[in-house]
Amino acid sequence: MKLKYFSAPYLVWMVVFILVPLLMVAYFAFTNDNGAFTIKHVSAVGEYTNIFVRSVWLSLIATAVCLVVAYPVAFFLSRMDKHKQGTMLMIVMLPMWMNFLLRTYAWMTILGNKGIINHLLTLAGLEPVKLINTSGAVVLGMVYNYLPFMILPLYSVMEKIDKSVIEAASDLGCNSVSSLFRVIVPLSLPGIMSGITMVFVPAISTFIISRMLGGGSNLLIGDLIEMQFLGNSYNPHLGAAISLVLMALILVIMTVMNQFSPDDQVLM
Amino acid sequence: MKGYKKIFSLALCAALTASLLGGCASDSAEENDAEAEEEEAAVQTLTVSDPEYYTRFKDDGLSINVYNWGEYISTGADEGTLDVNAEFTKLTGIKVNYTNYATNEELYAKLKGGGAAYDVIIPSDYMISKMIKENMIQKLDFDNIPNYEYIMPNFRDLAYDPQNEYSVPYTWGTVGIIYDATVVDMDKEDIDWDILWNEDYADQILMFDNPRDAFAIAETLNGISMNTEDTEELETAARSLMKQKSIVQGYVMDEIFDKMGAGDALIAPYYAGDALTILEENDSLDFVVPKSGTNLFIDAMCVPVGARQKEAAEMYINFMCEPDIAFANIDYICYSTPHQAAYDMLDEEVRTSPISYPDEEFIAEKTTVFVNLSDEANKEMQDLWTEMKSAEDENVNTWIAPIFLILCMITIIVVLIRRHIKNKKDIF
Repeated sequence: MKLKYFSAPYLVWMVVFILVPLLMVAYFAFTNDNGAFTIKHVSAVGEYTNIFVRSVWLSLIATAVCLVVAYPVAFFLSRMDKHKQGTMLMIVMLPMWMNFLLRTYAWMTILGNKGIINHLLTLAGLEPVKLINTSGAVVLGMVYNYLPFMILPLYSVMEKIDKSVIEAASDLGCNSVSSLFRVIVPLSLPGIMSGITMVFVPAISTFIISRMLGGGSNLLIGDLIEMQFLGNSYNPHLGAAISLVLMALILVIMTVMNQFSPDDQVLM
Repeated sequence: MKGYKKIFSLALCAALTASLLGGCASDSAEENDAEAEEEEAAVQTLTVSDPEYYTRFKDDGLSINVYNWGEYISTGADEGTLDVNAEFTKLTGIKVNYTNYATNEELYAKLKGGGAAYDVIIPSDYMISKMIKENMIQKLDFDNIPNYEYIMPNFRDLAYDPQNEYSVPYTWGTVGIIYDATVVDMDKEDIDWDILWNEDYADQILMFDNPRDAFAIAETLNGISMNTEDTEELETAARSLMKQKSIVQGYVMDEIFDKMGAGDALIAPYYAGDALTILEENDSLDFVVPKSGTNLFIDAMCVPVGARQKEAAEMYINFMCEPDIAFANIDYICYSTPHQAAYDMLDEEVRTSPISYPDEEFIAEKTTVFVNLSDEANKEMQDLWTEMKSAEDENVNTWIAPIFLILCMITIIVVLIRRHIKNKKDIF
């Protein structure tokens, strides 16, 4: 029973660095400069609906692309020889060893008007395409940066699926398509859920990707929040209000997601 | 903002230091022996006006926190230049904790948020007046800053600090247009702000990602003062920016440096000092200060309220105004100097450069220094800016959000009902 005291350091950590800041965000969101209660800032968030829509939309697309790309990768990874798995996993993780900004910066040179892709297109006698500063580039940046967060949870769940379960499905008359949808997908559902969470949440709140690859005209919620603190008008109250609404939005979306997971799996 | 400062200018350096050697040789007798010996190998030497003044805190073990723009001080990285902070410590015994920021707003947020005690900060003009208004910086004791006498008269008592009680100018510069002269087929004299609205260069134009700078350009284009607080005038400027949006490739700040250098864009507004650095590396680019007028910015040294070592901070400011130090700094960062003695030490070529030092008539008549806007005007500008930036030109359906939310709700309800029914069945 005494073992529970070992969790005390984390409890303190959680209170000081998670709970207190959250309460401060809420406090700032509902007060004005003089500390008096107001809902002015929270209601002002409504003006930015289109930015919220764009953020949700782009990050949903990015999450979907990540899932589609990562699922087969994770599956074949989990069916490989054990010693090959280690190497492959390292290759998946390798980009994460590099700085996030640096990786995004590299995409700027790849996608630029005179960048590598357009250079190759010109060499092949084709018209250059506008790639950077589009919402597509923002989605690409999200997918590239967050793909490992989808592959890893999927892999760790699939790795635990016993090969004999799949064989049993075949024995009982499943072809490969139906064994995929009736056996593998249901068993990997927890991995899908946590993968989606781990990609969607950072994607919806990112700001540097849209700044660097979106050319500043594809504002996301993250940019909007940043502008409240480091922009022309310093308004931490509005910034806190936007963050609070964003948190509520993520909570709603995650609740929906959780409805699809098995009853005993609650991921939030 | 002005992040990319000059790192290398070997050719210029060599020329300047050579001329400096001649100039400084006669002064070196004043230096104490140890220092002279140590600096024998160095090319630039340091002579201070009043060595006694600087030794007041010699044995007190003080330290000051200096918060400056990135790449905005001579660090001695180039052969033969001075490491300003190290020289200060050597001279005074005061340790310098030197940190950087990237924008005025970052500096403001940091000070406003509390928790950090800085002794010397170097904000720009409009931020200084904002900080004066909000009691965030304190009056300086100019008795402790005798080197203030070197500051040129036309850089004293400016609008942001009318009585010049709070700040000592450090550098200044103008905003101009950098463009690819091999593609832009226009006479240099004919280039003005309207080139940023020229549809022939659609998708080849970069714009400042900062409302104050971007509005200033649109306001100059429309013949409006860049310090206007008038709602209608701000809206006129915002409409211009909106019109420009369809031909702007991207809204960027420091990336202008890379994108222009790589040929990704043809035309961009930029700060004169940084532009010089790009021009040196890239022959096809050229820079022009638009004749219809532009923003003149001044970065000045201030002491924030809450500074722990005010006198030491003033000593540091005075030190930064020592001719040798001011010259070392300006030579390194390539902006323009308000310091008479440092200016006189510069090369003829630099002093007459129309980019760094436009003629005085132009400065007096055509340039405007930002002053702080009222909170309302700032908010108005920010809102118009956000509106412009987030305006949809692509066809994102506004129905997506409500439909999406309704679908979410329906799914939750359906799943809950199904689960409820299932649970009931399980009981039996």
